[in-house]
Amino acid sequence: MMHEDHGCAEAVELLYEYLDGELTEERRVLIRRHLDDCPPCFDAYDFEADLRVVVARGCREEVPVELRLRVARAIRSLGEPPAG
Amino acid sequence: MADQADFEAQAMEHMASLYGAALRMTRNPADAEDLVQETYLKAYRGFGGFREGTNLRAWLYRILTNTYINTYRARKRRPEESDIDDLEALYLYRRLGGLAGSTAGRSAEDEVLDQFTEAEVKEALESLPEQFRMAVLLGDVEGFAYKEIAEILDVPIGTVMSRLHRGRRALQKKLYEFGMRRGLVPAHQGRREDET
Repeated sequence: MMHEDHGCAEAVELLYEYLDGELTEERRVLIRRHLDDCPPCFDAYDFEADLRVVVARGCREEVPVELRLRVARAIRSLGEPPAG
Repeated sequence: MADQADFEAQAMEHMASLYGAALRMTRNPADAEDLVQETYLKAYRGFGGFREGTNLRAWLYRILTNTYINTYRARKRRPEESDIDDLEALYLYRRLGGLAGSTAGRSAEDEVLDQFTEAEVKEALESLPEQFRMAVLLGDVEGFAYKEIAEILDVPIGTVMSRLHRGRRALQKKLYEFGMRRGLVPAHQGRREDET
């Protein structure tokens, strides 16, 4: 379904930089325009964006209470930090 | 003036994400706790030199990363970093049947995504060789910009991008393997050989 002449190759090439918010405004607009016109690429981008959410959510952790206490205690035992 | 109260007020709120990162790095809860504590102590000692207005979170991650590399990794005497295959773009999406031309099929791929457990996601990330794991962790889990990751890992931005992009595809390959193992994806479903 992907046709290079419609900019799909470039869209796939720049997918991560687009999702990472690292493209120049000019290129971002070009890709955005392509996605508006190309459902297969739009869906692929959408999938990758969703996957990123799944990865970030899957890696969330709760800090053990004991660790919080331990760190706070260790810091207090050092006294005031050296002045900069 | 940076003081103890300032430090606690500003730095402690980042502990959950630092602990998560430490777990992914060390792959061991006891080591992760020690690593987080050591990071906070080092940060506290250096806090006087920390400039207000700079990125505290990125600074904490840099300390975490350096501490991990200098102590926990060195201690384990791990073998030389292994490389990973260069995989095609959209690795997982293609294998779940994406791009196959059916617009109605879109939600099927998303449904598979929803079925990966947190344990599988963690295991997939932890399976990556360290340099790729760190890049994906900092980019996708912690949401740092390329420039921040470059500073945290002390490598050029081009290296960050290469590790991040390749690491993401390797992560997708691992998830695909989990998907097959659990029967979420039939092994030969949806693979289109003729897409261009």
